Amino acid sequence: MAETRFMTINMGPQHPATHGVLRLVLELDGEIVVKATPHIGHLHRGVEKLGENRTYHQFIPLTDRLDYTNAMGNNLAYVLAVEKLLDLEIPKRAQYLRVMMAELQRIAAHLIWLGTHVLDLGATTPIFYTFREREDILRIFEEVAGGRLTPTYLRIGGVSKDLPDGIEEKIKAFVDAFSGHVKEYETLLTENVIWLNRTKGVGIISREDVINWGVTGPTLRGSGVKWDVRKALPYSSYDQFEFDIPVGSVGDAYDRYVVRLREMEWSNSIVKQALEKLPKGPVIAGDPKVPLPPKEAVTNDIASLIRQFKIASEGFYPPKGEVYASVESAKGELGFYIISDGSNHPFRVRIRPPSFLNLSALPKMIEGSLISDVVTTIGSIDIVLGEIDR
Amino acid sequence: MADIQSLIDKLKGKFPASIQQLKTFRGEVTVTLPKEDIYAICQFLSSDSELQFQFLTDLCGVDFFPETPRFEVVYLLYSMKNNLRLRLKAKVAQGESIPSVESIWKAANWLEREVYDLFGIPFENHPDLRRILLWDGYEGFPLRKDYPVEGPDFDKPFVLEV
Repeated sequence: MAETRFMTINMGPQHPATHGVLRLVLELDGEIVVKATPHIGHLHRGVEKLGENRTYHQFIPLTDRLDYTNAMGNNLAYVLAVEKLLDLEIPKRAQYLRVMMAELQRIAAHLIWLGTHVLDLGATTPIFYTFREREDILRIFEEVAGGRLTPTYLRIGGVSKDLPDGIEEKIKAFVDAFSGHVKEYETLLTENVIWLNRTKGVGIISREDVINWGVTGPTLRGSGVKWDVRKALPYSSYDQFEFDIPVGSVGDAYDRYVVRLREMEWSNSIVKQALEKLPKGPVIAGDPKVPLPPKEAVTNDIASLIRQFKIASEGFYPPKGEVYASVESAKGELGFYIISDGSNHPFRVRIRPPSFLNLSALPKMIEGSLISDVVTTIGSIDIVLGEIDR
Repeated sequence: MADIQSLIDKLKGKFPASIQQLKTFRGEVTVTLPKEDIYAICQFLSSDSELQFQFLTDLCGVDFFPETPRFEVVYLLYSMKNNLRLRLKAKVAQGESIPSVESIWKAANWLEREVYDLFGIPFENHPDLRRILLWDGYEGFPLRKDYPVEGPDFDKPFVLEV
């Protein structure tokens, strides 16, 4: 007779609570999860392979599509790696603009997380609030970069263009209003009994385990590890901004919720500081071989036109070597490991996706818990399958 | 607090015969090791009370076809205590396997599966070595340099034959 003690059920890949195309095979003992097996790869597009066949510039738009809620952060991680390979100096203004955009993007990414995570647990109201503010950020991106979800704003050597007229007031208006909005979310959730019952003590992972499983980002900090790439290994002038790293204590879904809320407030503060201290100057490095020449120059003189053509079609030739550069994306440590063989395209582009490792610890968090808590836990680690599957 | 030089000295003192190559590029230290020693050295680096490389940031494969041995497995270690990164490398020939470090860092579980999936490098003593991004029964290893970019059936229309 077949073993009937455990029931195996399939969750996903098309399931609203899996935030993309994640498939989980759950073995249940009644309502308790005994074993969970994630199956990933449904969104695999072979981005690393594609990178080996493109010039360094051509790879930037693909990075937007990894974690599609955090496009600016992905751009940043990639261009930092290439700039490290080239040993390129970036103008201060470009560094500040990058920080500003990356932090706005972090707020936008956390707002999507908050809205959808809470919606998974049955609260329909907050998503309308969070998407209202996210829309403000996307409008800013649209004016600054020309794109909303996939702005491709960053370039190797700087950013694609300077801020348009009047955008600084709009960013300032957003920043000033945002702390009030965070209070709105908190009145709906932080002391809400239903919310507390659904998230407190759910999906616990210990301090030792998060480190051993390679978990980064708010999930790591929710378990009480005060570590953030922006502080530990500062990049793009992050050492000139004042901010704190919020940490949790228990490592449950509620702690991760609190950590992300506090992070949004700090990101907001960083955007404000960047706006106030924004230096004047160029927004792209002056190196003639790497960045594209300015548009006005291309339309006016033949030398720039030739340069534009050469860089766009042929690219540039970095020295032989290998580098790793990482940023604190909304999900955790996003790194790019690039090996150059001296030609105009990378020999190998390895993407270190934070969600991939965070998700690998999911069975550890949900085994032994109720099946209804699986939804809470997946939501609380905030995965994006676009970067897991690449 | 240990710095990178004292780390290298310590590694050299402990495993003098194992270090095949030591390279620094843009401030990143890369140590090439024989694959037989990778488990012992990882064990030492993660458990040493002074170094404490308790965090495996990344593990990936590289294909240097047509060189022999063609593959490299790259380990990127991080020590939160000393705020240091260290890259280890081991060369693996086609058809050979390499010891798994899954029992040291659980993070290696999925990372090694990915290397196995995309490069076809098997890991010894891995508890669950299955394909991860591609489906079971997929033929070939796409990140190998000799894998065609355009696919065997790319020129056929994407319609079912009736």
